[in-house]
Amino acid sequence: MKKIIAMVLSLCLAGALLTACGSQTTEPAGDTAEATAAPTAAAEEQEEAAALSGTVTTGGSTSVEKVVGAFIEAFMQANPDVDVTYDPTGSSAGITGASEETLDIGLSSRALKDEEAQSGLTGTTFALDGIAIIVNNENTVEDLTLEQIKGLATGEISNWSEVGGPDAPVVLIGREAGSGTRDGFESIVDVEDVCKYEQELNSTGGVIAAVASNPNAFGYASLSAVEDTVKAVTVGGVAATEETVQDGTYQIQRPFVFVTKDGVEQSEAVKAFMEFALSADAADLIRNAGAVPLA
Amino acid sequence: MDMEQVKKPLGGTVLQTAHETQEKVNNEATTRSMRKILRDGVEKVMNGVFFACGMMAIMAVLLITGYMVVAGLPAIGEIGVTEFLFGTQWASTAAEPKFGILPFILTSVWGTLGAILIGVPVGLLTAVFLAKVASPEVAAVVRPAVELLAGIPSVVYGLIGMMVLVPAMMDIFNLNNGTCLLAAILVLAIMILPSIISVSETALRAVPREYEEASLALGATKIETIFKVSIPAAKSGIVAGVVLGVGRAIGEAMAVMMVAGNVANMPGLFKSVTFLTTAVAKEMSYASGLQRQALFSIALVLFIFIMIINALLNFVLKKGDKHD
Repeated sequence: MKKIIAMVLSLCLAGALLTACGSQTTEPAGDTAEATAAPTAAAEEQEEAAALSGTVTTGGSTSVEKVVGAFIEAFMQANPDVDVTYDPTGSSAGITGASEETLDIGLSSRALKDEEAQSGLTGTTFALDGIAIIVNNENTVEDLTLEQIKGLATGEISNWSEVGGPDAPVVLIGREAGSGTRDGFESIVDVEDVCKYEQELNSTGGVIAAVASNPNAFGYASLSAVEDTVKAVTVGGVAATEETVQDGTYQIQRPFVFVTKDGVEQSEAVKAFMEFALSADAADLIRNAGAVPLA
Repeated sequence: MDMEQVKKPLGGTVLQTAHETQEKVNNEATTRSMRKILRDGVEKVMNGVFFACGMMAIMAVLLITGYMVVAGLPAIGEIGVTEFLFGTQWASTAAEPKFGILPFILTSVWGTLGAILIGVPVGLLTAVFLAKVASPEVAAVVRPAVELLAGIPSVVYGLIGMMVLVPAMMDIFNLNNGTCLLAAILVLAIMILPSIISVSETALRAVPREYEEASLALGATKIETIFKVSIPAAKSGIVAGVVLGVGRAIGEAMAVMMVAGNVANMPGLFKSVTFLTTAVAKEMSYASGLQRQALFSIALVLFIFIMIINALLNFVLKKGDKHD
C-alpha cells in the first residue's frame, strides 16, 4: 500500500516536473548575455514610450539574427504591447519586402546597391560585422591580401609557401551552410559556393578549436570570438579590431542595414524600434551578439 | 491473505452469542467491503496509470512519426524523389541550391558497416571472454568497465576523438586534415561495443551447458567448443546485439560531428564526410525555407533507416524464439 502511494506521489512529481519544463519553453529564448544587457536599455525606454503599441514586422538577412534578436527581446521587454516579428529569409528578400511594403523594416547584411537606393529605398546602417581570418599559431604567415585569401579559400593556392608561409598544405575550416559568418566571409571575399572546405563546423568556437589543433588550417570567425589559441592575420596590413572595422580600413566587414521605403508613413512603434536600435544603449546588445557597434 | 484473516474469526463464532456474532460479522463485513473497495480502487487507479504510461509512449511514437512525415514530405516533393535520394551534390545555400543526399546516405551506410567490421569481432570476442574464458575475478573487473563504456556520453567520445584521434590521424596517415570517415568509424566502433558485448554475453551464457559438455566429451578443445558449439547456439542473440549496435551507430550525431569534418563529400576513408545525422544537426540552427524543409526530409530518411533496423531486430529476435 505504502509503495503504491509512493508510486502515485512520484508520478505526480514527475507530472509537475513535466509541466514545469513545458512552461519554461514558452519563455522567449535568448542568450543570457543578451538578457543581462537588456534591462539598462529597457528601463530608459520604458519611461519615454510607456503607452506604445502595435506591431513591427522585420525580416531579411539571416546573419543579423543574433543582433536583431537581442534588439527585439530588449525592446519588447520595455514595450510589452508592441509585437516585433523577425522572419529570416535572406537579405534580398528583406530588401524586396521593404520595397513591396510587406515589411516595416527590411534587414540586409549588405549595403544597398545603387539601383536599389534609387528605387526609393533608404538604408540605415545599425551595426557592422567584422570577420577575422585566423590561422594556427604555428603558421608564420602574418599578413594576407584579399586576393590571397580568395586563392586560399578556392584551393588555387594550396601551399602556405605561396603566400610566404611554411611549406605546408592549406586546409580551410569554415562554418556550415546557412551560417551568417560563412555568408559574410564568402560574399566579401567573393568566393560564394566555390570554397574548398576540409571541415564544416556549426559554431565559431568549433572553428577556432579546429584551427588551433591543425597547423595547416585557416578559417574565419566573428571578430569578437577570436582568442589567443589562434592567430588573426592582418588583411592588407590592417589588423582586425573594433576600431579598424568602425573606421572602415579593415576590409573583411559588412554593414547590417535597416531598409525602409521612402515616403511611407511609419507607425510610432516602428520609429521607436529603429530609434532604440540606433541609440547608444544598443551598443552593448550589438557587442554581446558578436557584431561591432557603430562608432 | 485478507480472506484467511476474515475466515478464522468466523470459524470461532460458535461459542459466542448470536448478538455478538451478528455484530462481529457486520463489523467484519464492513471492514471487508471497505478494504475491497479500497483495493479495487487502487487496482483501477493503477491500471489507469499503467494504461496512461503505455499510451504516452505510443502517443509519442505516433506524434513523432506523423510529424516527420508531414514535415519531411513537402521538400522531397519539391526537390523530386530521385534528385533528393540519388543526387550527389548538397549545396543548400548556393545561388542555385542542390539537395542531393546520396553522399550522406552512403556515408552513413559505409560508416556503420566500418564500425560493425571493427566492433563486432572485438565485441564478440570480449563477450566470449567474459562468458566462457575469464576467471570470475577478471570478469568482475572487465564487466563494469564495459558497462562504464556504455555510460560515457557521446559528446565525451567526440571530444576525445577530436583532441586525440583526429591529430593522431594526421600523423599516422600523413593527412593534411585529420577529420575523416575513418576517424568516425573508429569512434563509432568503440561506441557500439557495449551493446554488442552485453547482449552477446547474455546469449552465450544462455547456451545450455549440456551442449558444451557434449562437445568437450567428444574430445573437442575448449576453443573448438566455443567457436563450433557455443557461438552458433547463441547466434540469434549475437545478431540482436549487432543490430542494436547498428542502430546506435547510424543514429549517432554528436560524436560523429566532432570527428568527421562534415563536408558533403562522397564517402572516402580519408575524406571529410557528412552522415545523415550530422547533415541535419549542423545546418539546423540557421536554416530557413527549403533548406530547413530538406533537413526534415533527411531526418525522415534517417527515421526510415532506423525503422528498418528495428523491424530487422524484431525479426531476428522472433526467429531466435522459434529455434529455442
